[in-house]
Amino acid sequence: MVKREVVGAHYGLRDWLAQRVTAVIMVVYSAVILSVITALPRMDYWQWKVLWQTPVVRYATVIFIVCLLFHAWVGVRNIFMDYIKDPALRLALYVLTIGALLWYAVWSIQILWSA
Amino acid sequence: MSRPRPKYLNLLQIKLPVPGLVSILHRVSGAVLFLFIPFLLVLFELTLESPGGFLRFKSVLSHWAVKLLVIGLVWAYLHHLLAGIRHLALDLDYGTGLPAARSSSQAVLVTGIVLTVIFGVTVW
Repeated sequence: MVKREVVGAHYGLRDWLAQRVTAVIMVVYSAVILSVITALPRMDYWQWKVLWQTPVVRYATVIFIVCLLFHAWVGVRNIFMDYIKDPALRLALYVLTIGALLWYAVWSIQILWSA
Repeated sequence: MSRPRPKYLNLLQIKLPVPGLVSILHRVSGAVLFLFIPFLLVLFELTLESPGGFLRFKSVLSHWAVKLLVIGLVWAYLHHLLAGIRHLALDLDYGTGLPAARSSSQAVLVTGIVLTVIFGVTVW
């Protein structure tokens, strides 16, 4: 009998599940924020600012952003895994992507908290 | 019977079935959305910067080229979302038969385009 060893990085199932959980959270957020925005009595700067200053909107948006960035990471990494054969180039692209995503995280939180 | 292999590997000559088309567009739309995150953050930042920034955002968005770009991004978002929902259904073993998979992929493709056209007509 052949002894089979399970090998690999072991993040496949976790990422598969996370991709779906983050997707569902983002769908719910999108539906809620879209209905809130369309229900605004007026669409001017002050109304807009008050919306994004509301704590529940702020924190829900942070959760959305975290989901978005993790979801984007898994997706983009899979694309690189499929098409970029050279390990050094692939690693460089991973680092670049992670750097960009972290930058977007900081940037978007900065936008929200200066609103 | 042995068939000549490889078959067509020329991307321009491959005729994808609709589920395949929806699948590759799921990937393409995801990549596009990722690439345009900074563009969307710049716009979002502008809306909250100051009353003047809010007005500038409105004038930027009234430019036809920006409108076209936003409509394209809305399509990417809708297609990615709808294809994702279809994917979740397939994960749960709903609609995995060939006829069901074909019709659901057509539904995803058509719904995404129709909703994008409705959005486009509304904002134009």
